[in-house]
Amino acid sequence: MRFLLLFSRQGKLRLQKWFTALSDHDKKKIIRDVTQMVLARPPKACNFLQWRDLKIVYRRYASLYFCCGLEEEDNELLTLELLHRYVELLDQYFGNVCELDIIFNFEKAYFILDEFVIGGEVQETSKASVAKSMEESDSLQETMEEYVNKPTY
Amino acid sequence: MTPSVRLQEMIRVIRSARTQGEERGIIQRECADIRAQFRQGDNGERSHSLAKLLYVHMLGYPAHFGQMECVRLIASPRYNEKRMGYLGAMMLLDEKQDASLLITNSIKNDLSHSSQYVQSLALCTLACMGSAEMCRDLASEIERLLRASNSYIKKKATLCAVHIIRKVPELAELFIPSARSLLSEKNHGVLHGAVVLITELCERNPDTLDQFRKAVPELVQIMKGLVTSSYSPEHNVAGISDPFLQVRILRLLRILGHNNDTASDAMNDLLAQVATNTDSSKTAGSAVLYETVLTIMDINSESGLRVLAVNILGRFLLNNDRNIRYISMTSLQKIVQTDHNAVQRHRGTIVDCLKDQDTSVKRRALELSLALVSAVNIRSMMKELLIFLSTCPLELRSQTASGIFNAAERYSPSKRWHIDTILHVLTTAGGDVRDETVPNLIQLISTASELHCYTVHKLYRALVKDISQQSLVQVACWCIGEYGDLLLKGECEEIEPVQVSEDDVLEALETVLQSHMSSPATRGFALTATMKLSTRITDNVDRIRSIVSIYGSCIDLELQQRAVEYNALFKKYDHMRAAVLERMPVIDKNSPGHTNGDTSGEIKEPDTSKPKPVEAGLLSEPVSQVCDLLDLLGGTDTPLQPNPAPTSTSTATSSADLLDLLGGLEPTPVPSVTVYEKNGLSLKMQCDKQTETDITVTLIASNSTQSDITNFTLQAAVPKSVQLQMKAPSGNVIPAHGLGQVTQTILLNNPNKVSLKMRVRVSYSNQGAVHQDTVQIDSFPSPAWNGQPSISPL
Repeated sequence: MRFLLLFSRQGKLRLQKWFTALSDHDKKKIIRDVTQMVLARPPKACNFLQWRDLKIVYRRYASLYFCCGLEEEDNELLTLELLHRYVELLDQYFGNVCELDIIFNFEKAYFILDEFVIGGEVQETSKASVAKSMEESDSLQETMEEYVNKPTY
Repeated sequence: MTPSVRLQEMIRVIRSARTQGEERGIIQRECADIRAQFRQGDNGERSHSLAKLLYVHMLGYPAHFGQMECVRLIASPRYNEKRMGYLGAMMLLDEKQDASLLITNSIKNDLSHSSQYVQSLALCTLACMGSAEMCRDLASEIERLLRASNSYIKKKATLCAVHIIRKVPELAELFIPSARSLLSEKNHGVLHGAVVLITELCERNPDTLDQFRKAVPELVQIMKGLVTSSYSPEHNVAGISDPFLQVRILRLLRILGHNNDTASDAMNDLLAQVATNTDSSKTAGSAVLYETVLTIMDINSESGLRVLAVNILGRFLLNNDRNIRYISMTSLQKIVQTDHNAVQRHRGTIVDCLKDQDTSVKRRALELSLALVSAVNIRSMMKELLIFLSTCPLELRSQTASGIFNAAERYSPSKRWHIDTILHVLTTAGGDVRDETVPNLIQLISTASELHCYTVHKLYRALVKDISQQSLVQVACWCIGEYGDLLLKGECEEIEPVQVSEDDVLEALETVLQSHMSSPATRGFALTATMKLSTRITDNVDRIRSIVSIYGSCIDLELQQRAVEYNALFKKYDHMRAAVLERMPVIDKNSPGHTNGDTSGEIKEPDTSKPKPVEAGLLSEPVSQVCDLLDLLGGTDTPLQPNPAPTSTSTATSSADLLDLLGGLEPTPVPSVTVYEKNGLSLKMQCDKQTETDITVTLIASNSTQSDITNFTLQAAVPKSVQLQMKAPSGNVIPAHGLGQVTQTILLNNPNKVSLKMRVRVSYSNQGAVHQDTVQIDSFPSPAWNGQPSISPL
C-alpha cells in the first residue's frame, strides 16, 4: 500500500497516511487528484480505479471516503477487507463511530491505524489484539482525571 | 479545562469559521499561540500544542516550525509526549528534512526501552519514515529484536525489517536467518509479518528465492491448518479464517512456485483444496479465491487445475457484485495470451459487460474484448464493438477506435467489410481517431480496385449528410477526386444507384471548402479533388476554373499555393493537365526499417562484409578509379535518360510541385524509373522516402540480351554532405532474356537537404567482353529536399 486517505464528501481531508517518501507538493497533488476522481464516481460504481500506475481502492462509509493507493501485486478485494477492518476497529474504540469522532480525535485515529498497519502492511490480523494494545497504551498516557473529563460526541 | 479539550475547542472554533478568510485568521492566531508555547519549554502542554499544529497541518497550512518540537518531544521521558512526538515525526518529518536525522538517536534508545509500547512507537516511526541512513544505523537493532522479544514487538520488527530492505537492499542478507525461523511462530501477527518479509527477500534476490523454496512444505502446512481449522473467533472474517494471512501465503507460494516444477507439485493439492472449499459469497472469501486463481495461473500447475481456475474466473464474471466482475476481467486479461481458448468460452459474458453502467468495468471489458477478437468471431465481435463505440464514454473512444482498426486490419474477412467498418467508425467517432487513419484508409481503398465505385458512392453520401468529421471528409474528398467519373456514371452493383450530377458533386466539394468546420488540411483535400475532377467531368470545367482562381488569393498559404499552381496548370500547361491529373497508381505500404549510412560520406564499395563471391577484378581496381567518380560529380553531367512514367518528373517546375502533391502521399514509393539502358542491360531505380532526410534507393538490373551477364557490379557516388550505404546486391549474374534481375539497395542520408545527385558506375561481362559505364542521376523523384515546405498529401 502506498497511501491511505480519509476524506469527507465535500473533499475535506480527515486523515492521511503515506507509506512512501514524497514531497509536500507531490502529496498535495495526489490528494487533489484522487479526491476529485473518487468523488466523481456514481454511487453504485465499482470500487476499483486505475490511476497512473496505481490501483485505487475506495469505499464510502456514511459521510467518509476511505481510499487506498495500491501497487500492482496487491489484492484489491483484500484491501476492501482491510478498510472494513479499520472501520470496525474505529467503531469498537469510539463506540458507534461517526465522522465527528475522527475529526475531533484525529490523533487517536492515527494511533489505531498504527496498531493495525505498519509500513503499508497489516501487522495484526486479530481485532481483539489491536483493541487491547490501544487500551494499554492509552492507560499509559492518561491520568484518571483526563479520562473522566473526556467529552463524548 | 483539560488540555485535550482545548485542542477540541480549537477544532470547533476553526470549523465554525464561515469564510476562508476567517479560518485563516483563526489559524494564524492559533499558530502564534503554538509558537509561543513551544518557546516556553517544558510545561506539560507541549504535546497538546503539537496536536493542534498537526490538525492545522492536515488542513493544508504550513507547519514546519513544529519539526524541532517533534524532535524534543520524542526525547521526552513522558509517554504521552513521546507518542505525540512520534506522530508529529511521521506527519511532518520525512527523508528530505534534515531534522529527521536528529531523531535517530532517540529511536535507538527507545528500541531498547523497558516498555514495549515505547519500543513499538520507535519501530512504527522507523518503518514509516526511516531514511536510508537511519535504516543502516539501526538495522542490527531491528535484527536483534526479530530474534529475541515478545510477539508484540516481533511482528512490528518484522515489518520494520521489510521497510529497511526496501530502502537499503544490501542489508537483506542480515535478515535471512531470522526470517526462516519466524515461520514456526504461532502468533498470526508475527506469521503474517514473516511471510511479508520472506516475500520481500525473495522478490529482490533469486538466490534467496532458491533458499526459501525449501520452506514450501511448511507454508503448505500452515495454509492447510488455516483452511481446515475450526471456527476461531479471533481471526475469523465472514467464515474465512484469517484471510489476510491466507492471501499473503498464497502470494508467497506464487513466487516460490513460479517456473519450478518441484515446488509447484508440492502446492497442487493445497491449491485445489482452497479453490474448491473456499466460500466466496462474501468479499473475504472472494479475495482468497482470487489470489488462489492468480497463483494457479502463474506456477507450473497441472492442466486440470488451470481449467478449474479459469472456471472460477468465469463464475466471477457472472457475479452480481461489480467489483468481482472487474477483478475477474483483470485476471482474464493477464491470461488471455496463454490460455486463449479457455477465455474464449466466456466471450459472451465479457461482451455483455461492455454494456455495464460502470466505466471501470467497461474499460476492462473493452480491453478483454479486443484481445479476444479472432478470425472466427470477427463479424459478431465487430458488431458489438461498433455498438459500443456509439455509446461509450468519451475517454474510451479513441482506444476503441484504434482497437477496432487493429482488429479489422488483422482479421477482416473481405475488403468491402473492412472499408465499411472503417467508414462506420469515421462517421461515429471521426474526431477521436489517430492521424494515420486517413492515409491508411486511402491506401486501403486504392488497393481495392473492384470496390472503387461502391466506395465512392458511399463516401459521397456520407459527405452530403455531414461534413463535421474531418477524417471522413478528407477521405471522401480524395475518393471523389480520384473516382469522380465512377460516381457520375451512376451505376454500381453493390449499392443502389443514385443519379449524381456534376453540379451536385461540385456543390458538395464547395461546401466543404467554404465551411467553418473544415480544417485547413481538409480544405486542401477538397481543392485538389475539385481540380482532379476537371479531367473527369465534361460540363462544368469553367466552374472548377473559377473556384480554383478564387482561392488564388486565399489567406491560407497552403491553399493559395495550390490554387495558384492549379491555375497555372489551366493556363499554361493545359496540354499536360490530363496526364498530370490521371488516376494514381496503387499505393504500396512502405517497408519499415532503415539504417543510416556511416559518416564517411565517401563513395562506398559494395558491402563486402557479407560472404559472397567478390569479383577479384573489382577489388584490385585502384583507388584512382574511385576518385574519378568523385571528381566527376562536380562537373558536367552525362545526360540522363529517364523513361517518362505517368508520374515521373518532368521539366515543368509547377507540375513538379503538383506531382509532389499527387505523388507524395507519405509514405509512397514512386514507381521505378529506368536510368540506364544500353546493350541490353537496363537499370531501373526506385526511391522510397523513409523520413525527411533518409531515402532508400533500389536499383534493379535486368538483361534482355541472348546471354547471361556476369560479374555485374555497381558503384555509386553522391555529393559530399550526403551519406551513402550500399547493401549487398542480390547477386552478380543477370540471366538472359529478362529471366531474372539483380537488385541492390542503397541507403542515403541527406541531413543538409542538398539537391541530390548520384553517379552510378556499372561494370559487367557479357559474351566475353568487359563493359563499364557511368550513369548520372540528377533529379530524384522524391520531393521536399529543395527547401519546399513539406506539404500534407492532396
